[in-house]
Amino acid sequence: MSDFISANLPYLLAGISTGGQYALIAIGYTMVYGILRLINFAHGDVFMVAGLVMVYVSASFGPYVAIPVVIIATMALGFIIERAAYKPLRSAPRMSVMISAIGVSYLLQNCALYFTGGLPQIYPAIPFLAKSVTIFGATTKLVTLITPVLTIVLVILLMLLINHTKMGMAMRAVSKDFETSQLMGIKINNVISITFIIGCFLAAIGSMLYFSNYTSVIPTSGGMPGLKAFVAAVFGGIGSIPGAVIGAFIIGICENIIKGLGLTEFSDAFTFVLLIIILVVKPTGIFGEKATDKV
Amino acid sequence: MTTLNKKSKTGRYIAILCLLLVYVLAYLMDNVLPATSFTLMLVPVLKKGAIYSLLCVSMNLLNGFTGLFSLGQAGFMLIGGYTYAALTIPAAQHDAVYQYFDGGAIKFSIPEILSGFLGNSLGTILGVIITLIIAGLFAAIFAALIGFPVLRLKSDYLAIATLGFAEIIRAFFQWEGLGVITNGSNLLRKYTSFADIELTIGGTTIELGTLFLFVIVTLCIAVIVLLINSSYGRALKSIRDDEVAAEAMGINLFKHKMISFIISSFFAGVGGALLAMFQTTIQASAFKSAMTYEILLMVVIGGIGSVSGSCIASFLYIACSEWWLRFLDSGSLFGLVNVPFFRDGFRKVVFSVVIMIIVLFFSKGIMGDKEISFKGIGGLINRIKNKKKKAVTAAANAGSEEGEAK
Amino acid sequence: MNNVLHVENVTMQFGGVVAVNNLSLDIPEHQIVALIGPNGAGKTTAFNCITGVYQPTSGLVQFMGKPMVRSHPTGKMKKMYKGANGELYKDQSAISPTPDKITQLGIARTFQNIRLWKSMTVFENVLIAKHMRAKQNVLSAIFRGNAKEEKRMREETMALLEEQGLDKYKDELATSLPYGLQRRLEIARALATEPKLLLLDEPAAGMNPQETQELAEFIKQIREEYDLTIFLIEHHMDLVMKISDYIYVIDFGSKIAEGVPEEVQNNQRVIDAYLGVAEDDE
Repeated sequence: MSDFISANLPYLLAGISTGGQYALIAIGYTMVYGILRLINFAHGDVFMVAGLVMVYVSASFGPYVAIPVVIIATMALGFIIERAAYKPLRSAPRMSVMISAIGVSYLLQNCALYFTGGLPQIYPAIPFLAKSVTIFGATTKLVTLITPVLTIVLVILLMLLINHTKMGMAMRAVSKDFETSQLMGIKINNVISITFIIGCFLAAIGSMLYFSNYTSVIPTSGGMPGLKAFVAAVFGGIGSIPGAVIGAFIIGICENIIKGLGLTEFSDAFTFVLLIIILVVKPTGIFGEKATDKV
Repeated sequence: MTTLNKKSKTGRYIAILCLLLVYVLAYLMDNVLPATSFTLMLVPVLKKGAIYSLLCVSMNLLNGFTGLFSLGQAGFMLIGGYTYAALTIPAAQHDAVYQYFDGGAIKFSIPEILSGFLGNSLGTILGVIITLIIAGLFAAIFAALIGFPVLRLKSDYLAIATLGFAEIIRAFFQWEGLGVITNGSNLLRKYTSFADIELTIGGTTIELGTLFLFVIVTLCIAVIVLLINSSYGRALKSIRDDEVAAEAMGINLFKHKMISFIISSFFAGVGGALLAMFQTTIQASAFKSAMTYEILLMVVIGGIGSVSGSCIASFLYIACSEWWLRFLDSGSLFGLVNVPFFRDGFRKVVFSVVIMIIVLFFSKGIMGDKEISFKGIGGLINRIKNKKKKAVTAAANAGSEEGEAK
Repeated sequence: MNNVLHVENVTMQFGGVVAVNNLSLDIPEHQIVALIGPNGAGKTTAFNCITGVYQPTSGLVQFMGKPMVRSHPTGKMKKMYKGANGELYKDQSAISPTPDKITQLGIARTFQNIRLWKSMTVFENVLIAKHMRAKQNVLSAIFRGNAKEEKRMREETMALLEEQGLDKYKDELATSLPYGLQRRLEIARALATEPKLLLLDEPAAGMNPQETQELAEFIKQIREEYDLTIFLIEHHMDLVMKISDYIYVIDFGSKIAEGVPEEVQNNQRVIDAYLGVAEDDE
């Protein structure tokens, strides 16, 4: 029995941990989608850039200085992207905004390629995350245990923010009805900026947790986690934060179980199979609201 | 009425003339042009540009003309490319290519079989054409299968679902379990490429690779243009403009979206096969979503909803990225001035900034939804001719009047 | 007289809201029938149930004597159902055709908020409506095997535009036309589908009295020319009273009155619905 646990526990733990990391990214997707109805394809790349900033800053100043710098830089990046690439297209067709998002993703990846010279950058070990611990005979990094706890704490804080502050109320209003909120005197541009900043803050935290497990960052390392987090957001019902978190944990755990079964090639594909099943069976996701088109 | 006919006739002549000119140039490129450093850049750029033109136009059919935001292009290209490669590897090469999979499961090559009946050169050409069609059909069949669940989804859900399918296809083709056909995660090579397309007449060999490529691409684009200008094409555009109205006017949304999706995927498959021919090796890991994004950006640069725009944009894009902007990566300006930030990857940065500028400030792209029309050019020429005639007659009249006055 | 359309106990429910409640009506051949009611009474929803945009929660719609839409509450709706007669069609299979199938049968419609195809010309807007009835398939269309059919479609479109007085605008963008002509183009487009029954959703919305007057004449005229039956939703009472052969009045989704114009005009419930009852006047 203890053999069974020590053989399988690492996969489960890794799954919960990956799930937590996806959840932090997924919240960024789901919040932006909730407000702008935009799949922010660049969000995964923001996450990658956060990783690279960590690499460069901690090389010069050490990890403890780097952590706040990364968080601030990522939030600033999110703000700039929104102002530069999405705000000018507020009244444009949805397809244009989505193309703009793809363009931003392409730009971020190419910039990363330029700065890194295409070489994988070794991610610095953040001391308190990289420590090894042993539970039930299974050895794992401390980050595996911290991730789910931290994720849940952050989500609770975020829910408090959204449900009990004035800003949160504005966010909920804007996501329900863009134009009416504007008429009611809500400064929608500020609300949207703050949504991006929160999303990027969580992505920055997510990137520290994620890359601590993966040792190196390359320009395309944002793509897959980004897409998976997005799938998690769709799975949970896009626009719903608890939905995104639950979706992310399900995907993270399933993915690691599949890896454990020796089908590593399909761990990515599985996520998309899940996506397609949910889109066909219940396009609005687990917690999504049904929208009816007016004719 | 007569002027209208004349106009379109002149236009048609110009179009045919241009096409013939392109074909002659393609022929010359293979056989006459000496291999200088200039032509060594030019020829591959033109070839790749032509292939991407087809890929862009096929994507434009979906995204620009039907209004379906699909991001599955790379997946369909992958199916087409692999189908083509697997069916044209010469039998003798199977053991070398599929070295980890006991020589693979497919033991024949379509061009080789046909060569047995028709002689080497004709057999190869016909075999390649047939295999290209099969490649397109495989992509189309797959599109039909995934169309059932996917085409019922709305805009961004459709985008993400097609993107997902493309990723699933890629994982599937890299799976060792299918290795006897796909060679697992290893690449496929030694299949028939453009260099093998040649004609031997009485001892002299004429290279036809480039010409072949251009003929196939123009034929495929012509079919798409014919579709767009047909009754079905109009129906597709009506779906793009207003789905609800289209449905209320008796247009079966699902059927028409499916038609567009299947035809677009067919040509994406053919395009993928041509790309495989161009590259001479093919590996599933290259067909990432980034490839789809790149094609999408070309479509945007050319103008969503413009076929000629897509073609112009793909040639420009390929020429810039593979040739004209190369110096940005080289470390110096024209080999003279050293610019420290001109190093590997800078080209792509500049490139993506330009793309962002186009997306944000010139969202109509090069052509908007207009087309270069040979009819228009024909009309222009006629007008100039008429003006000249008028001028001549006017001058003559003036002359005679003058004479009378005198 | 034959009924072209027969609507029987149709209920449309969105979650807990009953938008159309147990509505029954008949539309006899070659008549102009109007459906009126205050804002939010469920008129457009009723239209959408008939044209297949919504599948009604319960009820039956017959067209030319054949069942076209049939539905009964199932699944979640079974528990939430608030309308009457939920068990009515229980043993019969549900029929829920998509809007294009209904148009194919011979029902065409216009929209309350004009829905013309924006990027296309007046000519193309009508031509596309001909697509449905053309004898062709994709291959014959691509390789121009349908040249005769295409020619016929174009000629018929041109003829229709001439009849409607729109031929001089044929190469202009549909959305560049003045509002009144856009409405007329929408009707022309609906006529191009060769309907037997034409549904008009507030055809006079946004028109001045003069234009409304013309519209009334126009509707009567197309009924004769194209041998149509017409079912319309309208707010302009004078238009409705002038052209309708029969009127149905609904409020809060339920039918409150029906009859020829004079009967409806003098019906106390109709007056109350429109003007509000004195006691709880808001």
